[in-house]
Formats: sequence, structure tokens, C-alpha cells
Amino acid sequence: MSHAVHSPARPSVSTQTPALEVHGLGKTFHIGGLFSSQAVRALHRVDLTIGRGEIVALVGESGSGKSTLARCVARLEKPSEGAILLDGIDVLKRDRFQASRTFRSQLQMVFQDPFGSLNAAHRIEHFLRRSLTIHGKGGTGQGSEAQTRRRLEELMTTVGLQADMLDSYPHELSGGQRQRVAIARALAVEPQVILADEPTSMLDVSVRIGVLNLMRKLRDEQGISMLYITHDLASARYLADRTAVMFAGEIVEEGESLDLLANPAHPYTQLLVSAVPDPARAGSYDPVHRARLRQAVMASTACAFEDDPHQRCSSEEPVRHQVGDPRNGHWVRCHLYRPGAGAGGHALATEPLPEPQPAA
Amino acid sequence: MTVSQTSFGSHEPVLDVKNLTVKYIGDTRSTTAVDNVSFSIGAGEVFGLAGESGCGKSTIANSIMRLLKDPANVAAGSISFGGKDVLAMSQDELRRFRWQDVAMVFQSAMNSLNPVLTIGEQVADIFTTHAGYSRKESLRRAAQLLELVRIDPARLKSYPHQLSGGMRQRAVIAMAVALKPSLLILDEPTTALDVVVQQEIMAQIKDLQRELGFSVLFITHDMSLMVELSHRMAVMYGGRIVETAKAHDIYTTPRHPYTQALMGAFPPLTGPRVPLTGLPEGVKFHNIPDLAEVAPGHFVAPFDADAEAGVLEGAAQ
Ligand SMILES: Nc1ncnc2c1ncn2[C@@H]1O[C@H](COP(=O)(O)OP(=O)(O)OP(=O)(O)O)[C@@H](O)[C@H]1O
Ligand SMILES: Nc1ncnc2c1ncn2[C@@H]1O[C@H](COP(=O)(O)OP(=O)(O)OP(=O)(O)O)[C@@H](O)[C@H]1O
Ligand SMILES: [Mg+2]
Ligand SMILES: [Mg+2]
Repeated sequence: MSHAVHSPARPSVSTQTPALEVHGLGKTFHIGGLFSSQAVRALHRVDLTIGRGEIVALVGESGSGKSTLARCVARLEKPSEGAILLDGIDVLKRDRFQASRTFRSQLQMVFQDPFGSLNAAHRIEHFLRRSLTIHGKGGTGQGSEAQTRRRLEELMTTVGLQADMLDSYPHELSGGQRQRVAIARALAVEPQVILADEPTSMLDVSVRIGVLNLMRKLRDEQGISMLYITHDLASARYLADRTAVMFAGEIVEEGESLDLLANPAHPYTQLLVSAVPDPARAGSYDPVHRARLRQAVMASTACAFEDDPHQRCSSEEPVRHQVGDPRNGHWVRCHLYRPGAGAGGHALATEPLPEPQPAA
Repeated sequence: MTVSQTSFGSHEPVLDVKNLTVKYIGDTRSTTAVDNVSFSIGAGEVFGLAGESGCGKSTIANSIMRLLKDPANVAAGSISFGGKDVLAMSQDELRRFRWQDVAMVFQSAMNSLNPVLTIGEQVADIFTTHAGYSRKESLRRAAQLLELVRIDPARLKSYPHQLSGGMRQRAVIAMAVALKPSLLILDEPTTALDVVVQQEIMAQIKDLQRELGFSVLFITHDMSLMVELSHRMAVMYGGRIVETAKAHDIYTTPRHPYTQALMGAFPPLTGPRVPLTGLPEGVKFHNIPDLAEVAPGHFVAPFDADAEAGVLEGAAQ
């Protein structure tokens, strides 16, 4: 098996249409009561491309819009603006109102909450059978029942579950077992693109590695593309070709995974990397360092690229600065740019409570 | 910093689980989810529980809370809390016991909030119902609690579906610490939190815990986090505890091959990408024997040396 580091240039050399492109995606939610005008800008001008056979990790702050991005792409949420191209086709135009069956056979999502995403009334077998039907295999008519049965059992073993669990109901499964059913359900469709929203957060590391290796194999052998949303930076690094970092509804940095995590350029990415638990560190984090990074994230007055004559800075436009070797496709948003008002919902802002929110 | 095991042994533990066996009796499948498990947690101690997915961790937590539902059955063993027999408590006693004495953040936290009530109403309800505060005072305290878990108090008016997965998880953590219970059970409380927020919230809980002296049962798959936060920990496999010791000892010298696999299976954050295998294909442990003390305070279930060799080989490939 070749497990050499994937060449960073791999995704960009391809002239093929990317598996998924997101352009200028925006989503604003209105919250509070009926007559309140409070709004949360969950996504703002998000651009993201996933090549064929590429895995892109999406990491970032809790509440920064990762699930919203995936849900918009999966057509479970209507974006306020922007375009979504699946295999080069603008799906918001093609299927105006809802996801078509073609769409569902091309793209599948694994939901963040395994406790909320499996209907309690059905046995596990039901979920997988339905997925096989979307794929056009199994169930009705021609395909033999024995074949379907074999495929069902195979799906269970692929995710490390025993086949006899096909007869179980979701409530009879542990958290990690449900998570694996959710993965198997998406795999059964054999889609080209999988949006996996924290698919392995409840798995012990040993099983988790198995699932990550499985995803890697699907990418390498079947050319599946994946958006892998996670809080586990080490697994992003292990699995994903590229990693994108989200903060307050916008992508602030993106690049080849190893390079991005070794040389994080945005203060938020630096903050994130510095907070990865490490028993060897013994004792808690350095509050002074933390406060400095926090300040740089929320109200930076300087940008590392200010003196670079080739890279213009801007506090109004989210310009991208190239970081290091261009082959790594590593860019960072200009530090001078600040998240817009109404980008609500980020935890960093909640810290010393700046000024009280205007009452609804 | 680390509280030694002996300092807890000298007085009555807050929680004492003895020889607990729990079975799920189904029509098609019967599982012994917890098999003769014993452990205790001292006052002010953080006790970590790690292990395979499906090894019975949540089942133990639910047993302590007396929340096991029908096909589940405590086949043997005892659970005592502050000297009281939990398994014998009446419904009346349980009402007080849950929330006030013991509070739990369920693994399903994200999905456990009431969808038709706002976050503010749900947090405030705990104070009005259990602490008898006025509506206004309860809301004020609710806002304070949300700040503790880094949620903008403006979100008091949001409904659960309007919050991100991690925000819901944090709201539930806030609710669990609201009444300052003497035992806090956290079942994978931070799966949806970024590491910055996770670290800050866990530091807050740790501060609170030191100040108020409550005990914590902490279930997580994040071994690094567990070692950072727990005084002692246990590792489970197939319904059995295979190793228990001070968290730091397990980190530096894991003895059971399953513990070693757990400790060695997280990918590094630096260096080249190297392929990892979890437990190598085919390595399974059966009929796990009772624990034996191998070093002071370090207990391990005796294991087959061949299995160990297999694991080490697999990890080195
Ligand atoms: N249906 C909704 N109505 C109102 N606000 C919403 C809705 N869904 C999401 N939001 C808000 O949008 C923001 C982004 O939420 P999202 O779930 O995308 O975050 P996330 O990055 O997935 O976070 P986490 O890591 O905690 O899951 C949050 O502030 C959230 O409260
Ligand atoms: N209601 C039930 N009926 C039948 N079996 C059940 C039931 N609930 C749990 N089980 C089984 O009991 C075992 C232990 O489940 P438990 O939820 O305690 O695992 P866990 O250690 O918390 O796992 P995870 O880390 O994946 O959450 C699992 O094999 C599970 O399938
Ligand atoms: Mg989310
Ligand atoms: Mg569990």
C-alpha cells in the first residue's frame, strides 16, 4: 500500500470538472420572536472546491457555520445567496425546489447527531435497504434478495458492526454504533460526494482509525470525494488532502493539510492548533498567549503580509494572501479584515462580553 | 495537582459501584453490556472511563442515574451513592437524587433538549423547579450559565434547532452544573466542540469542581483530554474493565494490550503521515479475567501474551 504523503499539487493539476464547487454561498437566519429582527449570518461568501477523489476537511469554531454549509449543499437548507455546482451542474437551478433523486444518488450526507438522525420506528436494516434502493440496487424485482442480503451484511462489517445488528432498533445501539450505521447508510448509495459532519466523534480511536482508513480507501479506489467536518485536527491531518478553517461564517484559511497545520497563518488557526489536548503539556494553557491570539482574531490591527509589496492588504475586502510555496495552495485571509456585524454566534466574542447586544 | 488514589481511599467514596452486571434481554439479541464491573469515585475526584465503542460506558452511566429502560436489567451488583443504595431508591428519592445530587450530560445531549421551549426557558426551569427561585432570578442565572459555556446570552430566546450542535451540547452542560450536584456525569460532553471552546469549558468545570469539591465521572474517547483532566481512570472492553490506575500512569505505562492500542492509535499532529491500524484484524479479547494489582494502585486484567504480541506487531507495521 502506498501511504506516501499525497502530492500537494494533486488536486489542482486536474483539468476535470471538480466534484463539488460552492461559490459565494451565504445564509442568514432570523432568530428570536416573530417581531424580532435579530439575524445570524451563518455563512458569508463561502467559496469551496472539492476535486474528484479529494477529501477536504472543514474545521473551525463551534457555531461557525460548518453544518450549515453542509446542509445547504445537501439541499436541506435554502441558501440566501450563492451557487452550488455538483459535477459542474448548478443544482439550485436544476432542481429548483428540492433535491431530486438523481441528486441524492450523487451526494449523501452523514449528519452530526447520530441520536437525532435515525428514525426510531425502523430497524437498522430499513435504513440501509432504502439507501440501496436509491442507488438502484436491492429490493424490488430483478436483484436477488440473497444478493441484497449479502450487501447489507457486507455494509455492516465494513463499518465494524455485526450483521445481527441489522435487526436492532436505533435505541438499542450505542452512540458510536449509531454513528457507524449513519456512515453505512451513506456508503450504501455509492455516491460521488459524501458530506460527513463529524462522522467519527463518538468512536474510540481504534475503531475511528478503521473508519478513516475506509474513507481513504474509497477515495483512492473509487474516486469518492468528501467534505469531512471535524473537530479532531489530527484526523483531518491524517485523512484530508486539504483543510479549510472556518470562523464566524467565513473560511479564513485553507491549504494542503500537513502544511496548514504545520504553518498556521491565521490567528484563529493558531489558536485552534495551540488548544489541541496534549497530556505531555501537563497543566493548563498559557492565558497570556491565549489572550494575545484572541485579540488578534477579534480585532487585529496588523497583518503579517503588510510589508509584502505583492500582496495587498484590506480591512474591507476578504483578500487572500498566499502562504509559502504556491504548490501547497495555502492561503490565509488578510488579518486586517474583521468579521462583519451580525456574524453572531461565536464563542470568542462571548468571553469578556464587549458591549451588551441591542435588545430585540 | 494530581490527587493520589490513597487520599480517597481513607474516607467513604461518593460513588461505589460493585460487581455491576447489566443485561439487555432482546427477542433476537441479548447482550451482557456490563459484566461484573467495580469502581469507586472519591469526593472531589475526576474519574475517567474510556473504552471501545459499545463496551458499556453509557449503560453504566444510565445505571447510576437509574435510567435504564425495559429490556435492560441489573442482573447483579450494587451502586451506592453517599452510602445510600441507589438501586433501592423510591421514585420520591430519585427525584431529588437526579439533578440535585447527581446530574448527567447525556451522550445524546444535542438531541435531548425540548424542541418547543427556548433555551432560556429550559435552563431557567431548572432553577424554578428545583431551587425555588423566582422567574426573573432564574432567567438571570440562566444568562450567567450560558456565559460560562460561551454562549451569547442573547441566545436565551433561541429554540434548540436554531443552535449549532456544539451550542446545544454546551447548553446541556450548563444545565447539568446549574444545581451544583455532588456528582457530575459527563458522557462524551464535548464531541461537537472545537478544541478551544472544549479546553476553556473543561477548565471552567475543573475550576468549579475544585471550588465546590464535587466529583466527576467523565466518559470520553479523547484519551488526551481524559489524561489531562482525570485523576484516575479505567479502560473498558466488552463490558469489562481491563485496566485501572492513576490517569498519568495509564498514559505513561499502559499495560493491557487494548489500552496500548488505544494510546497508540491517535494520529500525530507533526511529522509525516504514517498509516495506523487500530486493533489489528482479528485481535479480540474474550473471557477477560478479574483485575490484578501489578503496581501500587495499578490494576490490569491478566491477558494472553500472544494477543499482546499481535497488537504490538500490528502497531509497528
Ligand atoms: N435553523 C436555524 N435557525 C437559526 N439559526 C441557526 C439555524 N441553524 C443554525 N443557526 C445558527 O447558525 C450558526 C452556525 O451554525 P452551524 O450549525 O452551522 O455551526 P457549526 O459550525 O456546525 O457548529 P458546531 O461545531 O457547534 O456543530 C450558529 O450561530 C447557529 O446558531
Ligand atoms: N436498549 C438496548 N437493547 C439492546 N442492546 C442494547 C441496548 N442499549 C445498548 N445496548 C447494547 O449494549 C452495549 C453497550 O452499549 P453502551 O451504549 O453502554 O455502549 P458505550 O460504551 O456507551 O458505547 P459508545 O462509546 O459507542 O457510546 C452495546 O453493544 C449496545 O448495542
Ligand atoms: Mg455542526
Ligand atoms: Mg455511549
